[in-house]
Amino acid sequence: MKQAAHVSIPFYAQNERFSVLNVGVSNMPVILWTDAMIFLLLATILAAALWIRKRPHLVLPWHRVAKGSVGMVSLLLLSLFVLVGLLDTMHYRAALPEKSNGQTVYSAEVLSVFDALAKGIKSRSEKTYSAPLAAYLYAKESMETPDGKILRDYPRLRYGGVHLADPQRELLGDVLKRTVIGALEGLIIGVLLIAVSNMLFHFFIKLRTGRLSTVPEISKDNWIFTFTRAMKNRPFRALLITALLIAMLFGMTINLAAVYHVLGTDKVGQDVLYLALKSIRTGLVIGTVTTLVMLPFALLLGIAAGYLRGWVDDVIQYLYTVLSSIPSVLLIAAAVLMMQVYIEMHPEWFETSAARADLRLLFLCLILGVTSWTGLCRLLRGETLKLRELEYIQAAQAFGVSTSRILTRHIVPNVMHIVLIAVVMDFSSLVLAEAVLSYVGVGVDPSTMSFGTLINSARLEMGREPMVWWTLAAAFGFMLVLVLAANLFADAVRDAFDPRLNRTEAVA
Amino acid sequence: MKSDLSLNPLPSAPPEIGRGEFILNVDGLVTRLNNGARIVDDISFSIKQGETFALLGESGCGKSMTALSLMRLLPDGIRIASGDIKLDEEDILALPEYAMRKVRGGQMAMIFQEPGLSLNPVMTVGDQIAEALKLHQKLRGDEIRPRCVELLEQVGISDAFRRANEYPFQLSGGMKQRVMIAMALAGQPKLLIADEPTTALDVTIQAQVLKLLRDTQQKTGMALLLITHDLGVVAQMAHQVGVMYAGQIIEQAPREQLFARPAHPYTQKLFAALPDAGRSGQPLAAIPGNVPPLGASLAACRFAPRCDKAWALCHDQVPEWTQLENGQGVRCHLYTSQIGSDKLNLNVPLSPGSSTASGEVAGEEGSDSSLLQVENLQVHFPIHKGILKRTVGHVKAVDGVSMNIPAGRTLALVGESGCGKTTVGKALLQLITPTAGSVRFAGHELIGISARQLRKQRAGMQMIFQDPYASLNPKMRVAEILQEGMDALSIANNSDERQRRIDELLEQVGLEKASKWRYPHEFSGGQRQRIAIARVLAVNPNLLICDEPTSALDVSVQAQILNLLKSLQQQLGLSYLFISHNLAVVEYLAHEVYVMYLGRIVERGTVKEVLHAPKHPYTQALLSAVPRIDGQGMKTVRLAGETPSPSNPPQGCHFHTRCAHAMAECHKEYPGETIITATHRVHCYLAAE
Repeated sequence: MKQAAHVSIPFYAQNERFSVLNVGVSNMPVILWTDAMIFLLLATILAAALWIRKRPHLVLPWHRVAKGSVGMVSLLLLSLFVLVGLLDTMHYRAALPEKSNGQTVYSAEVLSVFDALAKGIKSRSEKTYSAPLAAYLYAKESMETPDGKILRDYPRLRYGGVHLADPQRELLGDVLKRTVIGALEGLIIGVLLIAVSNMLFHFFIKLRTGRLSTVPEISKDNWIFTFTRAMKNRPFRALLITALLIAMLFGMTINLAAVYHVLGTDKVGQDVLYLALKSIRTGLVIGTVTTLVMLPFALLLGIAAGYLRGWVDDVIQYLYTVLSSIPSVLLIAAAVLMMQVYIEMHPEWFETSAARADLRLLFLCLILGVTSWTGLCRLLRGETLKLRELEYIQAAQAFGVSTSRILTRHIVPNVMHIVLIAVVMDFSSLVLAEAVLSYVGVGVDPSTMSFGTLINSARLEMGREPMVWWTLAAAFGFMLVLVLAANLFADAVRDAFDPRLNRTEAVA
Repeated sequence: MKSDLSLNPLPSAPPEIGRGEFILNVDGLVTRLNNGARIVDDISFSIKQGETFALLGESGCGKSMTALSLMRLLPDGIRIASGDIKLDEEDILALPEYAMRKVRGGQMAMIFQEPGLSLNPVMTVGDQIAEALKLHQKLRGDEIRPRCVELLEQVGISDAFRRANEYPFQLSGGMKQRVMIAMALAGQPKLLIADEPTTALDVTIQAQVLKLLRDTQQKTGMALLLITHDLGVVAQMAHQVGVMYAGQIIEQAPREQLFARPAHPYTQKLFAALPDAGRSGQPLAAIPGNVPPLGASLAACRFAPRCDKAWALCHDQVPEWTQLENGQGVRCHLYTSQIGSDKLNLNVPLSPGSSTASGEVAGEEGSDSSLLQVENLQVHFPIHKGILKRTVGHVKAVDGVSMNIPAGRTLALVGESGCGKTTVGKALLQLITPTAGSVRFAGHELIGISARQLRKQRAGMQMIFQDPYASLNPKMRVAEILQEGMDALSIANNSDERQRRIDELLEQVGLEKASKWRYPHEFSGGQRQRIAIARVLAVNPNLLICDEPTSALDVSVQAQILNLLKSLQQQLGLSYLFISHNLAVVEYLAHEVYVMYLGRIVERGTVKEVLHAPKHPYTQALLSAVPRIDGQGMKTVRLAGETPSPSNPPQGCHFHTRCAHAMAECHKEYPGETIITATHRVHCYLAAE
């Protein structure tokens, strides 16, 4: 779907990259299956947050998370990824200018808000590979010079660095200039944003303290004071520095991306930066939805097997032993192929190709979920076996507490640390599993952009001389930051929730 | 107590060995956490050749850290800040690590508390000893095996040649500790550090291991640094004693003097907190509060907050080390200032009044109505084998136990580990389904009734567990823990009433109301045990099954809990089934005692009858194995060997394999019950004669 006609878009279109949003009124929103899942997940998280807010002893650990620099910085990074993912989740079909019988006709292409925002880099496709920030193509071509001779050389790019008269000389200077300007712009905007939010915060604080009590320190009561006081807080400082760095990076990227391909282009000339950003949503969906599918299986079966023992344990053990002894790639391949054939036999179900690709993604998540619960289940069974012999469980049994209540009140909270760690560890391995499956040809739909497809396409080019490294580097970099941020954040959360690590604080 | 002891000089002193030169000199040793907290604070002591120096103290006092400092084996984040350690004139702290490796195991060896964790499970015992021999004795090839066997024989392991080829899991706990000692001896050390060497063992095995240590010391003339919390062990073993409190040695004296005249208030209190029959009428002299945490403020005497003799000076100034005339050293203001000596002369009695008279006053009434009647209770666990899991035999954990607990009385069940005491407790609560027998609680039969009917009876009978660290869910706050039983048994229906009840309970067990919003890990062991007691009291039980409720606690805290249990019994008229291996505690708390061996009761009777005039040889052996601080045990009955497996108990009387008086008939048939008095019964042919 992304190979839409792009030739006609003139070069100055870059300046209009925000214009699409204005058309929004007449667009038709589309909610794909995975969109629905993500919205549901979001709603659950919001509801949980509201529920926790009213309970001080549950808020306390989150306050502890907020006090750790690493946790907060990784949360900031993570939320940027989530933001991109969410923007990419709001899908719509654009209204076409011509109408049939007075009815608006919608384009067959499903776009997302992110597509609209990134229209500039989305539409500027080159012919084939070009290196990051290059003005020339990566492959030599035969060109006809004005005087009729055939010359074999690297042609100029269609979009990248077109504004330069002589890229050989000017490129480096221009790139540096744009980098510095971009960084400064980003810094200024970042500082402005922080100042504004600080003033809002100050206003909010004043509003609250004004209502609650009379403040004695009126002389110091200005927004600079609020700021300096906040700066004494270490995680806040770390957060601020990270935010400014990210703002600078954004400024640079936006400035450069306007006239260059920041991360180069791929085989068919698409901007790699755009592909990588689009892959974030696929990664997040596979990571979260699969986990959601897997978690109930692992948690319920694992704990039931460990606590109830007897025939329940036998049945569950046989089940996961059998399941995990089938090679998982084969199992997944069989399921995906069956599903694929089924989908192809019913093309009438799908209005757009995006809907079909999305359903395939969803099924991939389901299949991955159904096949990947065994590891966590085994861990949880072992831990439950250990816990059920502990004396507090026996004390509960002596009170005649019901089995379901023992499971939910005593066992589940005490295995949550394992669940949290396993889920985060699985997140990265699931993103990788997707890459492997895409390689075998049973992964996501070829039209869906994902880290897997990126890596897969880069794989072939690694052996080529000169090497095409940027696709792989982009996928690697994005995945690394995403998974690392998720890991560090999960670590911070686990530490904050472990009562044994937080003795002194809780007493106070 | 104090006067008592000075009258009776210790009769059974540890053997006097030709004590020679100072082997170990520790001077001003300070060990710190990286954040500056002092774990071991300015410790000085010396040990002579052939001498036993005991470091006595409660948990968290820095005893083990002192030992690890000597070995230079401190965990990460803890380091020796200053001080001087000289082993045989060699400065240990100045040695490079490679030279230190020769010292460890060579000149200085260490044995640990848990023998099961100190041996490598995948190496044979012989190989593990051989490793030490190769390293420190430079033995090669054929020389090694005979020396291994010799060492094993030296530590009293029979059939040593075969045992050397066995793996640790094939040995019992006592034998593993013997192997550990053999390994330590392999390097022929000058100093042996024993860190609570018998804490994890049964009393009868403890007696064997302590004797082995004494004998070995006599033979080799090595110095022994014994780390323990047990005053009884100190009484049996030590020549010199250092009492540690919060990282400091607060008193140091030859054993005789320490036991005759403890100088420091803490030491005095430790003696007073020991339970025994003499005090069963009154509360124990518990030391209020807990051992201060690591890195607490050091501006004053560390014991001052818990000391009843403390005055202003104690709270402002750290007391200096004072050497008394008789060779005793103490760190207390009582001996340095004028006010102190005035106070000393007042001589506040340590334990309230003379104690022998008021033995059996409390709880005498109300003994007529029977609360719990147990007839012939059996719990057999099937042993499954093979693919089809066929039952090939049974572990007879409990094999025909009958008992009768009247309301408001305490029945104690004593025996070594593995004899089935805990299983009896759990079977009574129906946590383990009994195989046969009858349990009648307040007139209702509990065996074979439906789960719903059982729930109605649950409130009446509750259990207090041994390990207060495992018996509270770490993810639940105290209020939720207390509320659980009330929820499950529908006691106190609206939430206001519940909160009021929770406050009331916390007050009853001596905790602040504010503590209900905290998590269990914020409390010390003693406080956690209080929470566990409050949890069971929440459902208004009549009978509490206490499964070794104080064995995980320090002596001073144990006294607090025992006092609490005793006062609750008086206030609420509770009955206790008190499961314990600690005979002193039993003597203090119980009215009746049942002695259990391999799933059967071998002797029962009142405390006086069983503990003062035991008839069964097993009871006699148990009693004599308990190290007593006054040193006056019964005539020594040493038990050889260990408890046989309950899956295959010996023919005839179960005890005949270890019994010194075993006769021909003991091998044939289990002895029937012999009635000695109305309350005293015993299963033994000796008594029948």
